[in-house]
Amino acid sequence: MEEGGDPHAELDRIMKTTQPSAIVIGAGFTGCALAYDLAQRGFAVTVVERGELASGTSGRTHGLLHSGARYCVTDAEAAIECIQENMILRRIAKQCIEYNGGYFVALDDADLGYAPAFFQGAQNCGIPVEEIDVQRALAAEPALNPKILAAYQVPDAAFDPLRLAMAFAASARQHGAKFNTFHDVVGFLRDGIGNICGVSAVNRHAGQPVDFRADITINATGAWAGKVAEMAGISVPVRPTPGVMVAYEKRVTQRVINRLCEPDDGDILLPQRRMAVIGTTSFEVEEADYIPVYPDQVKQMHQRAALLVPELENIKMRGAYMSARPLIGGLMSGRSLSRTFKCYDHQTDEEVNGLVTVTGGKATTCRVMAEKTADLVCQKLGWQRACETAQHPLADYHLYYS
Amino acid sequence: MTEQLWQVHFKVHRQRTGGKPYVRTFTLDVDPEEYILDAVERIWALHDRTLTYRHACHHSTCGACGMRVNGREKLTCITTISSVTQNGGTVRIDPLRNFPVVSDLVVDMGNFFLRMDRSGFNSVAPLAAACLPYEQPLTAENSIDHEPERLVDCIECGLCISVCPAANTDKEYVGPAVLASLHLMYVQNPTQEFIDQADHHTGLWRCHSAYECTEVCPSGVDPAWRIMDMRKKVMSDRIKSIFRPRSSEKKNAQPA
Repeated sequence: MEEGGDPHAELDRIMKTTQPSAIVIGAGFTGCALAYDLAQRGFAVTVVERGELASGTSGRTHGLLHSGARYCVTDAEAAIECIQENMILRRIAKQCIEYNGGYFVALDDADLGYAPAFFQGAQNCGIPVEEIDVQRALAAEPALNPKILAAYQVPDAAFDPLRLAMAFAASARQHGAKFNTFHDVVGFLRDGIGNICGVSAVNRHAGQPVDFRADITINATGAWAGKVAEMAGISVPVRPTPGVMVAYEKRVTQRVINRLCEPDDGDILLPQRRMAVIGTTSFEVEEADYIPVYPDQVKQMHQRAALLVPELENIKMRGAYMSARPLIGGLMSGRSLSRTFKCYDHQTDEEVNGLVTVTGGKATTCRVMAEKTADLVCQKLGWQRACETAQHPLADYHLYYS
Repeated sequence: MTEQLWQVHFKVHRQRTGGKPYVRTFTLDVDPEEYILDAVERIWALHDRTLTYRHACHHSTCGACGMRVNGREKLTCITTISSVTQNGGTVRIDPLRNFPVVSDLVVDMGNFFLRMDRSGFNSVAPLAAACLPYEQPLTAENSIDHEPERLVDCIECGLCISVCPAANTDKEYVGPAVLASLHLMYVQNPTQEFIDQADHHTGLWRCHSAYECTEVCPSGVDPAWRIMDMRKKVMSDRIKSIFRPRSSEKKNAQPA
């Protein structure tokens, strides 16, 4: 620095040119997408995940790339976000998506009564929707219940959950991000003035403690965000809200089949590889680490599946599993980014600096969740780089291991 | 699912990175129609938080939860407890063979995934190509605005490599999944590249037709059939090459 130079300007210059560092806790969809986004913007990123990639909610998702039509009547904001991200993901993550579209089918008069609001809602949200003649729909999907009264086509798709997470993680690694799977975060590190400056973890492979330090830490643990924030003495009002999914031994349709009604139990049947998967239910739990599969819910799914595709009545079940959505409750004055997900800067709410939490949302919107969270992180650190994750195809998922 | 619970003893392989392996037994009351992976997850959640294992989708689409159950390769998320033991019985759970063990039930899939990548493996294919060539393609009325497609059968779980006697004796052997991938790719796009990768002493010709891969594959890939069919294609290519003008450059094929 030249004598007489402005020390503030010099500090500013250093801040803007020294590579910032970030720790991302959690390697589900959000954590992997966030690691990619931050790494692509020039951060030195360290991901700390207690299990394998996508071993919590993300891996166990239904696998539906939403068109948004499911929410176009009840939650237009979420619907718009879904269709926008659907169009982006089909471009950047084609490697793990079966892109065959979806039908919404009416089974009774109540469903038919919902149709006008649905059609209008979808159009308002910018979701390409087309009414399909019933005979044409049955010709296209012969396994459908022959008693359907109406059918609408929307751009739904099915994806492979683990490979979607791996593709984001592979892209993050290509930008230098480091992944520490099987590392359990057990506490936060604080600097001399109480700011969070990293995490203490246990390497579960070796049973050894290890610390990670960074300029900022992001809690991207979804349904576990409340428990992780608790370690910093912060309350995040996230409620783990599981639902059951049942997989069948036969792929009965090529398209995603949705019941034309307000979001309900067992209203979505999707094809995946040689399977059909029906979901789901919704109830709250305190503890998301182990959620039993309740036989009565499996039975309910079986009945609902057979309403959409009657032959499923007699097809063998291949698997049944639970996945805990991160549902945001309470009236916390968090920085609301949308009704679908929330990003909390704990400096503004609890005066704990160095920690951000992102939770809520859906698999379909993971990329934009990461974008908005990275925007906040960049703003906090005075780092000016724009998001580019919507512009480039993700790296091949195998390269996570490169 | 039944109301009757069974008491089952799970003997689980334990091993810290670089440490000596040992077995720890956990006794659980289980619904016999629960899956092995549910029991493993419950052992971790309620009995021993240090247990490590891989899992993600819990419905046989991701391939992460392959283990040996009573000595047999299984995708544990779709293997019911009743299919491998009885009330009062014992279930032995071990990591896959022919992969490096990182800890407990976690094996390192890195080398395998990179071999799959080099084989050109594509997870999504047109519907007809995603099925086995000897199968009737699944019905699909083509009123989709493009050709229907689906995720292919191979979920890269590694069971076929774990069970393969040839992979057990030759670490350089690329193994059934990679050869099945080369076959799948060649069927969709018959180019020399896939022939060259497969036609190698650590490729097609290392397999000695034990057919164990097809036996354990949880996903209908039929790797053994694909390997045999690929051999036919390679032999046919060799015969055809007699009648082709010789290339001045010597082929120097590398295995996948």
